[in-house]
Amino acid sequence: MNRNSASRRFHLMVRIAHVAALFLAMLIICAPGAWIIMNSLRPTVEIMAKPAVWIPRELNLDAYRSMFSVVGQGGIPVWAYFRNSLIISATSTAIAIAIGMSGGYAFARFRFPGKSAWFLGLMLSRTVPGIALSLPLFIVYARLGIIDTHLALIVAYVALNVPFTIWLIDGFFRQVPRDLAEAAQIDGCTRWQAFWQVEFPLAGPGIASSAIFAFLTSWNEFALASQLTRSVNSKTLPVGLLDYTAEFTIDWRGMCALAVVMVAPALALTFVIQKRLVSGLTFGAVKG
Amino acid sequence: MATVTLQKLIKRYGAVEAVRAIDLQIADGEFVALVGPSGCGKSTTLRMIAGLEEISGGDIRIGDELVNDLPPRARNISMVFQSYALYPHMSVRENMAFSLKIAKRPQAEIDARVAEASEILHLDELLDRRPSQLSGGQRQRVAMGRAIVRKPEVFLFDEPLSNLDAKLRTQMRTEIKKLHARVPSTVIYVTHDQVEAMTLADRIVIMRDGRIEQIGTPEDVFRRPATRFVAGFIGSPPMNLIEAEIADGALRFGQGDDLPLPDKFRGAVTPGLKVVFGLRPDDVHPTGHGLPSESGGQTVQREIAVSVTEPLGNETLVFAPFGGLEWVARMLNPVPLAAGQRVNMTFDLAKAHLFSAETGRAIEGA
Repeated sequence: MNRNSASRRFHLMVRIAHVAALFLAMLIICAPGAWIIMNSLRPTVEIMAKPAVWIPRELNLDAYRSMFSVVGQGGIPVWAYFRNSLIISATSTAIAIAIGMSGGYAFARFRFPGKSAWFLGLMLSRTVPGIALSLPLFIVYARLGIIDTHLALIVAYVALNVPFTIWLIDGFFRQVPRDLAEAAQIDGCTRWQAFWQVEFPLAGPGIASSAIFAFLTSWNEFALASQLTRSVNSKTLPVGLLDYTAEFTIDWRGMCALAVVMVAPALALTFVIQKRLVSGLTFGAVKG
Repeated sequence: MATVTLQKLIKRYGAVEAVRAIDLQIADGEFVALVGPSGCGKSTTLRMIAGLEEISGGDIRIGDELVNDLPPRARNISMVFQSYALYPHMSVRENMAFSLKIAKRPQAEIDARVAEASEILHLDELLDRRPSQLSGGQRQRVAMGRAIVRKPEVFLFDEPLSNLDAKLRTQMRTEIKKLHARVPSTVIYVTHDQVEAMTLADRIVIMRDGRIEQIGTPEDVFRRPATRFVAGFIGSPPMNLIEAEIADGALRFGQGDDLPLPDKFRGAVTPGLKVVFGLRPDDVHPTGHGLPSESGGQTVQREIAVSVTEPLGNETLVFAPFGGLEWVARMLNPVPLAAGQRVNMTFDLAKAHLFSAETGRAIEGA
């Protein structure tokens, strides 16, 4: 009797400890995000105040208003940057996924000479920090005359993303049992049909998550973009943040506002697609 | 329905020959089981017939058509996989209709054929479920339904029951047999379970190391095994096989034990020949507890100490060492035996088999 209630009390304590620990962890993870949102809504004085002002006294949307106002009056070409970011990220993601799907499928399904060397090579290319390549890349692009174009960044981002998408998608195709494609071929499919009718839908959630990954990498990339872009022709949103730095001042409020604008679509995209990332779809295909 | 002909069929993986020039003729509507231990090439053979595996040499004909280089879809076959290979993202109905949809059959025909198949296999209530919501036996039935919907020339089964538990396996075995009676068709059935092969097949093909050891009816391979391997593989518990030397009307075993040379082999062997003597557990039994020997059959008795017994209810398996082998004897109308107890054993020599120790091939008796 007594031992039962003691045990119950113990489990309650553990539950409370769990929740508290989770709360703390989430607080640490979310705090910077919350701080950015808050700072975008209050005057610079309050942002810079020492000691820090934790509870804002005044909130307004001035920063957003001025961001979208005419360039030169505190506004920046947000729409141009947004368009550049979207074109560059979407195109490079589409290309990286197309290559990743072909590559991943090949690595998952076929035997060919030098397979593991290829795979290792792809992985090793990830070990080179992107910024180390920025100077050589700049020189090559300058010779080609493609500095400050969409193409420049698309090519760079595809190269950045392909090893990772191949690696991820390879793993997802491996999880689709080989028998299924064979059954489809016996059921009258060509190899191509078997891929699209059976293997692709089953690896679909994995491919979607690889796409999110590739998209976010491109969307958030700053180091290369800051070197390879010059003007509204190709500047992306992260590079746009620099517009808020002047010679002697940094407009923290404006920068935070732009950061919020930048994060919003990425957040929305992830939210929409993650619902489709249902794992365990292949369960029941073969002996469960 | 169609015949299937394999001529000098070869499969090589690098330097390894998995299937070594096998010949096989399968008649229209025949149920043939390919059986053998794992790695014997039976599944590879089936996959070559299906077109899932390229052939390294020889010919495959389905009907009169040479299909060596045709893709699986052009061979008009159905296959039931060991893993069932149901499409997890489709309902049972869609799984069964898939091949007809790919073939762009009219919807009315698809519905009719799915309905027909699901009626035969009692799948009506499961049609809208996903494979993940089915039990093993139900998945197995859906896999068969998907195969029969196509009305193929040839059905291929690749160890379809090996993922089921023992009870369900027996049940599905009966279902497959009924199905074959109801939907007459040419069937090639791969299994490592000799009981499945014996109970289902019109003819059994026993394979080992990429070669065919024997082709015959279940009766044939049981009564007249062509090789020592077949003798040991078919039958449960397996045949007692013991090395012996022919000596003057007797078979000498190790440890000084012997048995008389069965009369039917008298003209077929010469003294000094090394042989393998085989006798099924049914044909050696504690005296008075066996099947009656055929009239005029030659029997012989020996006193042997029992080492272990396995009571099975209606019969008891008696293990007793003799001549260097632990013999298995089947005791009908069993009585309790203690370990170490000496028992008078009857050996029914008229049912004995002899194999050459050198080649493993059966020695024909009179």
